[in-house]
Amino acid sequence: MADTQRPLSPHLQIYKWQVQMVTSILHRATGIVLAVGTLLIVWGMLSLAAGEDAFNQFKVCMGSPLGMIVMIGWSWAFFYHLCNGVRHLVQDAGAGYAISQFVRSSWLSVIISMVLTLLVWVYVLTAGGAA
Amino acid sequence: MSTNAKDLRNPLKRARGLGSAQFGVSHWWTQRVTAVGLVLLGLWLVITVLGLQHADYATARATMAKPWNAVLLVAFLITSLWHAVLGLQVVIEDYVHTRWKEVFLMVAIKFLAVLGALAGALAVLRIALGA
Repeated sequence: MADTQRPLSPHLQIYKWQVQMVTSILHRATGIVLAVGTLLIVWGMLSLAAGEDAFNQFKVCMGSPLGMIVMIGWSWAFFYHLCNGVRHLVQDAGAGYAISQFVRSSWLSVIISMVLTLLVWVYVLTAGGAA
Repeated sequence: MSTNAKDLRNPLKRARGLGSAQFGVSHWWTQRVTAVGLVLLGLWLVITVLGLQHADYATARATMAKPWNAVLLVAFLITSLWHAVLGLQVVIEDYVHTRWKEVFLMVAIKFLAVLGALAGALAVLRIALGA
């Protein structure tokens, strides 16, 4: 894999799992997902500009089972990256570094993002069926 | 040639581009400033799209054609892709240790992001101007 020979730090399986590790890994993973998701938004804009047929095709793709999974995944990735991103901004300002605060804010990112995702999908599904 | 007496690096090291490239601070700040922008733009986008879930094509297009929505949409696309490039750059630097793959990916994400931003902006212009 690597063309440089350097000593490596122990890999993930060496460490005991902690919520701070999970939030850090998820922040990167959801960031990558959202980068790809932005291209889906561009696709939606292109189809909206292209005309009614193209836009209906886009809506059919998004309303299909696979499309719904992608949208649910995108929405959680969005809310998680949003919550944890705000947490990082607070930490960048120098606050919340005590271990207890750090652990608590990690759990808050995970839980609030799930609650927001749930609220959005309850709204979508009760406001008269999927998009 | 820079003759900074405090720089302890050998000039050859600088010539080969080893060590700090001196862009770290602006990368860090741009990542944070785009993050703050995306908190607002992302929430706006999600709320706007949720409001359109049962809209027909004409309504969806007319909503996005409103000047404020068009401006915010282009702002979202540019900010989001910029933030994505900065984030993906760090991921690539951390995990891709083969130099040619690293450089290839760095260039590829920038090409994709610029193409995505241009395509999205053109689509929004077509929607806003009715072309």
